[in-house]
Amino acid sequence: MVQKIKKENGSLHKISFVLNGKKVSCEVKPSAVLLDVIRDVFELKGTKPGCNEGECGACTVLMNGAPINSCLFLAVNANGKEITTIEGLTKSDGSLDEVQHALVQNGAVQCGFCTSGMAMSIKGLMNRYENSHKTTGKAKSEIPTRDEIKKWLEGNLCRCTGYVKIIDAVEKISRE
Amino acid sequence: MFKELKIIGKPTPKHDAHIRVTGKAVYGHDIVLPGMLYGAILRTEHPSAEFTIDISAAKKIPGVVCIITADDIDTNNISYKRDHPILKKGEVNCIRDEIAAIAAETKEIAQQALKLIKVKYKIRKGIYGPFEALKEDAPQINKFISGKFQNKNIAETFHYEHGNLEEEKKKSAAIVKRRFTLPRMTHACMGTSNITASYNKTDGKLLLYSSTQVPFLYQRDMAHALKMNPSDIRIIQPVIGGGFGSKLDMYPFEPICALLSMKTGRPVQIIYSREEEFIASPTRQPMIIDLTAGVDKKGNFTFREINIVKDNGAYTSWGATTPFVIMQAFSSLYKVGACMFDATAVYTNNVFAGSFRGYGNPQATFALERMIDLLAEEIGMDKAEIRLLNANEKGETTGQGLHYETCGHKECLETVITKSKLKTQKSEVSKHSSKKSTQKRFVSGIGYASMLHVGGGAKIYRSDGCGTTLKIDPYGYCTIITGSNEIGQGSETVLAMIASEELGIDLKKIKVINTDTDIKPWDVGVHASRTSFVAGNSLLGAIKILKEKLNKKANELLKTSDEEFEYENGFIKSSISGNSIALDKVVREMHFSHPNELAIASYFYEPSSQVQNKEYKGNVSGTYAFASQAIEVEVDTYTGNVSVKNVWVAQDVGKVLNPLLLDGQIHGGILQGMGYALSEELLMKDGKILNPNFHNYKMLTASDIPEIDFFPIETNDKQGPYGAKGVGEAPLIPTAAAIANAVCNALDIDIIELPITPEKVLKAIHKNI
Repeated sequence: MVQKIKKENGSLHKISFVLNGKKVSCEVKPSAVLLDVIRDVFELKGTKPGCNEGECGACTVLMNGAPINSCLFLAVNANGKEITTIEGLTKSDGSLDEVQHALVQNGAVQCGFCTSGMAMSIKGLMNRYENSHKTTGKAKSEIPTRDEIKKWLEGNLCRCTGYVKIIDAVEKISRE
Repeated sequence: MFKELKIIGKPTPKHDAHIRVTGKAVYGHDIVLPGMLYGAILRTEHPSAEFTIDISAAKKIPGVVCIITADDIDTNNISYKRDHPILKKGEVNCIRDEIAAIAAETKEIAQQALKLIKVKYKIRKGIYGPFEALKEDAPQINKFISGKFQNKNIAETFHYEHGNLEEEKKKSAAIVKRRFTLPRMTHACMGTSNITASYNKTDGKLLLYSSTQVPFLYQRDMAHALKMNPSDIRIIQPVIGGGFGSKLDMYPFEPICALLSMKTGRPVQIIYSREEEFIASPTRQPMIIDLTAGVDKKGNFTFREINIVKDNGAYTSWGATTPFVIMQAFSSLYKVGACMFDATAVYTNNVFAGSFRGYGNPQATFALERMIDLLAEEIGMDKAEIRLLNANEKGETTGQGLHYETCGHKECLETVITKSKLKTQKSEVSKHSSKKSTQKRFVSGIGYASMLHVGGGAKIYRSDGCGTTLKIDPYGYCTIITGSNEIGQGSETVLAMIASEELGIDLKKIKVINTDTDIKPWDVGVHASRTSFVAGNSLLGAIKILKEKLNKKANELLKTSDEEFEYENGFIKSSISGNSIALDKVVREMHFSHPNELAIASYFYEPSSQVQNKEYKGNVSGTYAFASQAIEVEVDTYTGNVSVKNVWVAQDVGKVLNPLLLDGQIHGGILQGMGYALSEELLMKDGKILNPNFHNYKMLTASDIPEIDFFPIETNDKQGPYGAKGVGEAPLIPTAAAIANAVCNALDIDIIELPITPEKVLKAIHKNI
């Protein structure tokens, strides 16, 4: 439920959502995008501003387990949702998620500016397969093909790696 | 190096990957300082105009702390030619021109205030082509140059020659002439340009968080611009979101940010939007290359005559100096009897170009390798054979004085030719009849190209050196303080691997400190594929000195007088007696017992290369890298779309230091080269950029990657660390040339221009029918 509160600098909306497993709330302008809320209100700087127009994917976060461009996503629409950022992907004891681990081990990280978004997109793909295994009862052996992985990552630009190592990393995780 | 290596040569994940993959890496975009203001720059709306400016309305906005125009500052011009004012006064000459800057309490206020600055323009026609600018009646575009050239709009010229051109022309059985046109490509780093400046009015010191690739040159340039003492400026490099050469020069937004901080006494941050990044960061140097070349009847290259005209834009950056590298490709890639080279950079009202991975070499290699195919066709020789016949060789000293102590050119060529033939013979795509393009929709072709690049730095300044200070602490941890920089390429990892290899210290116990000009020793910067070579040798030098100290103490503690020690698993072991002692214990004893010294060593490595003479002759690099690529493409003759199927790449890397990171450089370079070949062009019309966004500037995506087979060629150069050469730029350099040759091979067309868009392919096909 969106609660409207009048403030001197215009109308603000109170939103509540789950951010990296914790319930949070804040007040946002109707025009605020999720990226800015994550970075500036909650000071989670791991999510990166790459283009602010939904082209590069550096700002990708998960909403209820599926990847979105947080630079285009209005923060008010996050109300009641579950948002996961790169900080939430790392386990609470500091150990790496399988996606992060695979990116490191396969040499898929260079400058790293695209990496947060890339990791969240990959996690989204893993979630999709995980869910489809659960809901359809399909065998776990059904894993994304190399072409599917490429297609899935089309929305995440990387200027350093040439994508090969990133795709290798995703294949490795799917097989494990 | 006879002993078996423990970690060098093994796939080793990036030392600093963990902070990057957890979102903990602090890029310039993530910095927030107490009391920080947000800066924004007002740029001109017209590429050529006179203007007056009124900031009174913008000043009244609550939260606007400072607005500066050219009238408010006392600065020197920037760029190596000092032809670029930081803020423009009265007239603008390119669409990037900065005319005012604001510092405000929030980003939103800064943006709002920008819109309230009133600028009245008196629009001028502008000159948007270099040939137009060279006409006698053209107005002078840049008013800040001394005018040492015969034409007022010439920014820079280069002339080089070797051999007897006329003699070589006489020997030629075929002579071919072409004009090649190369586009503006932009770096499109994923992290946009950024800077945070913090000036302390009390002590007059300036702290900059800057993503420069060349902190010490930058410090000097900044000091000159701001009329300060360089040592009063401290540069800290946050994690850098991509470089590729874009951060090799200092641009106006950087001193502007410093000025805003100096005026307000508060920290100020400027971060480019993506649109601003496309418009206001420098590009790869566009150019027109007129190339005439000859070949004798046996297939030996006889001469090359080159005339290059470069669109310099309104101001000068490193793009103007790319002929340093371009002439090397023409003078010294494959053996050639004579070379006559001229290049001219011409001011226009377009945007200026900077340095970009390859530094002019992709442009040169495109023209040269296309020409080799044309020459082969002219004398009816096989395109692989003509290349092998003319390939460079070990021990060769070229007409320009480049000395190839090691040279993998032939082996690179043989490798990619053999591997590509194996594959394509199987799939029967190698032979094409001359009418094939009209017969079926999809046609395949194969193209070859090689490249030569500096592999051991480039002595274009008085020094091409790098300093290292190495320290081992009382707990056996090692800190490498290096002058070199990490821009994502993996220099920290390679240095940590070298220290681990030599000192027997676990990688996890090695730290690399490389981001602070107040701490680190001098270095030229990240460019010319030099870091592993130069910083690696520098580190090895420091290790040698430190080991002498450690060995001495170890002998004392072990009561031996041995000369050879092995460093393994945190222990120092005498090779003769077999006695060993823990490294940390030795360090503690160095610190705490007579004569009480630190386990620290410093070393400055200067490559054996030479500064070239006025004729641009001399052995400019410590060693040279070679690479060849064979590329198979498939062309859709209905749509004109070119799809790269296979890339076989062999590169003379000297010695593989870390195959994982090496692969990353190869793949990334090839994809950038593919973008240059096929899709990337910053489109300009009358000085304005038409596609300043990722939607219309087409970078390749994961879907576009071909099969890449990489064959590292190890020539073990004795100058390099463990025999290694520089690798970073090479993979991008021959890619566009090989793709163009492959498309021409598939369709029997003559490509003389990049990028090879579907539109151009279709036009060429229809012209042929």
